[in-house]
Amino acid sequence: MTAPAIANAALDDATAVAAYPAQEPVRATRDSRPLRLITCGSVDDGKSTLIGRLLWDTKAVKEDQAATLQRDSNGKQNDLGLPDFALLLDGLQAEREQGITIDVAYRYFSTDKRSFIVADTPGHEQYTRNMATGASTADLAVLLVDARVGLLEQTRRHATIATLMGIRQFVLAVNKVDLTNYDRARFEQISHEFKELALSLGVRQVTAIPVSALKGENVVYDGRASMPWYDGPTLIEVLELATTRSAQTVGFRLPVQRVSRPGESFRGYQGTVAGGSVKPGDSVVILPSGMVANVTKIVTFDLVRNAAVAGDAITLVLDRQVDVSRGDMIAAIDSQPMTGLAFDAQLVALQPEGIQPGKRYWLKSGSRRQRVQVQPASQLDLKTGKWNHADELPMNGIGKVHLVFDEQAIFDAYEQNRTTGAFILIDPDTNNTVAGGMITAKRAALGGIHAEESRVILSLPADLADQLMATELFAGRREDVEVRRITAGKAAEIIDTIDG
Amino acid sequence: MSHNHPETELHNPQSTKPPLDPHLKALENEAIHIFREVAAEFERPVMLYSIGKDSSVLLHLARKAFYPGRVPFPLLHVDTGWKFQEMIAFRDEMVEKYDLDLVVHTNPRGAAESVTPFSHGSALYTDIMKTEALRQALDAGQYDAAFGGARRDEEASRAKERIYSFRTPDHRWDPRNQRPELWNLYNGMIRKGESVRAFPLSNWTEVDIWRYIQAEEIPIVPLYFAKKRPIVERDGMMILAEDPRLELLPDEVKREEVIRFRTLGCFPLTGAIRSGAATLDDIISELETATVSERQGRAIDRDQSGSMEKKKREGYF
Ligand SMILES: Nc1nc2c(ncn2[C@@H]2O[C@H](COP(=O)(O)OP(=O)(O)O)[C@@H](O)[C@H]2O)c(=O)[nH]1
Ligand SMILES: [Mg+2]
Repeated sequence: MTAPAIANAALDDATAVAAYPAQEPVRATRDSRPLRLITCGSVDDGKSTLIGRLLWDTKAVKEDQAATLQRDSNGKQNDLGLPDFALLLDGLQAEREQGITIDVAYRYFSTDKRSFIVADTPGHEQYTRNMATGASTADLAVLLVDARVGLLEQTRRHATIATLMGIRQFVLAVNKVDLTNYDRARFEQISHEFKELALSLGVRQVTAIPVSALKGENVVYDGRASMPWYDGPTLIEVLELATTRSAQTVGFRLPVQRVSRPGESFRGYQGTVAGGSVKPGDSVVILPSGMVANVTKIVTFDLVRNAAVAGDAITLVLDRQVDVSRGDMIAAIDSQPMTGLAFDAQLVALQPEGIQPGKRYWLKSGSRRQRVQVQPASQLDLKTGKWNHADELPMNGIGKVHLVFDEQAIFDAYEQNRTTGAFILIDPDTNNTVAGGMITAKRAALGGIHAEESRVILSLPADLADQLMATELFAGRREDVEVRRITAGKAAEIIDTIDG
Repeated sequence: MSHNHPETELHNPQSTKPPLDPHLKALENEAIHIFREVAAEFERPVMLYSIGKDSSVLLHLARKAFYPGRVPFPLLHVDTGWKFQEMIAFRDEMVEKYDLDLVVHTNPRGAAESVTPFSHGSALYTDIMKTEALRQALDAGQYDAAFGGARRDEEASRAKERIYSFRTPDHRWDPRNQRPELWNLYNGMIRKGESVRAFPLSNWTEVDIWRYIQAEEIPIVPLYFAKKRPIVERDGMMILAEDPRLELLPDEVKREEVIRFRTLGCFPLTGAIRSGAATLDDIISELETATVSERQGRAIDRDQSGSMEKKKREGYF
């Protein structure tokens, strides 16, 4: 079609908008928060086709977009006469030219029950970092496997990264079942293998679905006609019921973004609640200073609030003059985050330079930016799931590191709080973001260890030491810690010196 | 439509609005967070104000983000000189009503070289009067951050763009080399001369925009609502025929139709749609059954596939 012809066609469509009677209403009131999800899997497993199918069957693709798609497909339609869905997602010229997904694309669709933000992530190993980027904000991961091929190394890799980034809900989409003649035994074997893998990663919430992304079976519409043996949910049904992560049950956290002082009489602290809830009268502590105050008011543009919860962007007013500035954290007095100069973390290296030992980076967490020295300790072997000793991390590497700060740092463990436990590293030479990280623990400084040392030395009473070393948690971190068996009396002495 | 009233919220006695549903609330919270972050991290932010519906939502969110303070940065309108008359009137009304600082910039080449959408064609005209004009205005103001109302659902290359979109000193975007953006941790570190375009509405869809306008009672330019207006048909588009500078071609006739606009830009390049949607309710239900996207009405976006990416690389928003 020539450009004016398309324009004319579009005009006709536009004319039709008002004339046609309303079709089925696609959106009604939404009473859930949007679900954020990622799709992952190996190249050609059908990720883009699946998302295209979701967009198509929830009517998120408009006719002029479809026309552009048809035109860009150059007649490369599949046997169902549908355009090449990948073109809907691979929006950069470089991606279209090479026919691959390079960067994360975010897409939006909704049903009458809920809205969704989906990140289409690249399947190639060299773009693992982009997969991690998409996973950082996701509540759920859809892992695709080709029913003919089964689980691949890439499946393990993506499941591991998704778990590390805090995703606890998996959907296994066993795709291309149409090419296996809808073989039930094959589907059940793959789902069984995947559930074992997920369990080994500590993920219990797994739904396996036999899917044909191409034909749209068990995606939005059910596939009963071809798979009478499957009576489980469709993909969209699982997505509609999935839970969004909520940080409401943990202690109150407000990273201060800015101080609002429009006049002499008003002083408010602006930020987004990063955990828990707050109400007037609550006692709070300002970190790192440790000063204490009470909340008098929660100000927003049009509501007088009597409480605010995680996720709310608010302005907090305190009952006394305290020194608070950007980068400080206002927290519940009875449930405070960790503060200290040394922490342990896991991180993903995002740039070709990797992460170099001893280099001083900028670390940004919440609204706080400070200098940090990073010491890699081990790197995850994604093939085996084992952590091997490492002194530096290459691009796409996932490692355990020690962080050493010049000034007090404030964190929660990522397991407890995905906002106050997350950080990025910025290279001061390039200003580029070079890593995304998750805090695992505050580093114990028993026995006066030095920042350069890569092992924590724990001196414990003999029975306690043996007990600790027998735990599963400890088994995974054996190379980080050295345990010395001492008598109970000696232990009491050490504790005294620390408390004093 | 029934609303859950979360017990955490008490009504302001002056407000008659029911609380936002959780979906819009989440989008609003995210946008406010971005506004505050940019305002805190950059020395000279500015907000691009195009007077359209997305800009109206952006302005409303900015006012909310900094309440009870003023919006702590100026608004910048790149005026091509060919905007709808009602847009300019609306802009001046908003500035007055909300006590805003407004900077208006028009590329002097427009007058000096008589650059018009008719004489230079839509592509070259847009290049000079929008892209080049924007670069001039950003340089003149030495702004290191510029808010824009772009949404990822608008176009395929925008779906790939970060919330903090890094630009070189000559305003270029390198889509293949974007900074990773994890969680809600935005990297605002730049060198002198470099800048960031910040997009608080990245995760909003067109329907979200309209539902939010309705829920928050945000004023918008009346051209969005259906009314009988004079039009002329050109290149398959219905163009508003009220500006005396629009010269009719020999075979063109002016006639009246009930129309409205889904997007607003320069009147000679913006196609109207035949629609009877005269209220926000009408518009939303029309949208929910619409079969074409909003960009279909914009001449400049139809030129070629990947044209937006190309324009953005050259410094367009
Ligand atoms: N028969 C069949 N082919 C499929 C199915 N899903 C995807 N494909 C095809 O598999 C190929 C790769 O799909 P694509 O979505 O680009 O994979 P991606 O690399 O994971 O994004 C394309 O040719 C698709 O048409 C399916 O369910 N059945
Ligand atoms: Mg793909």
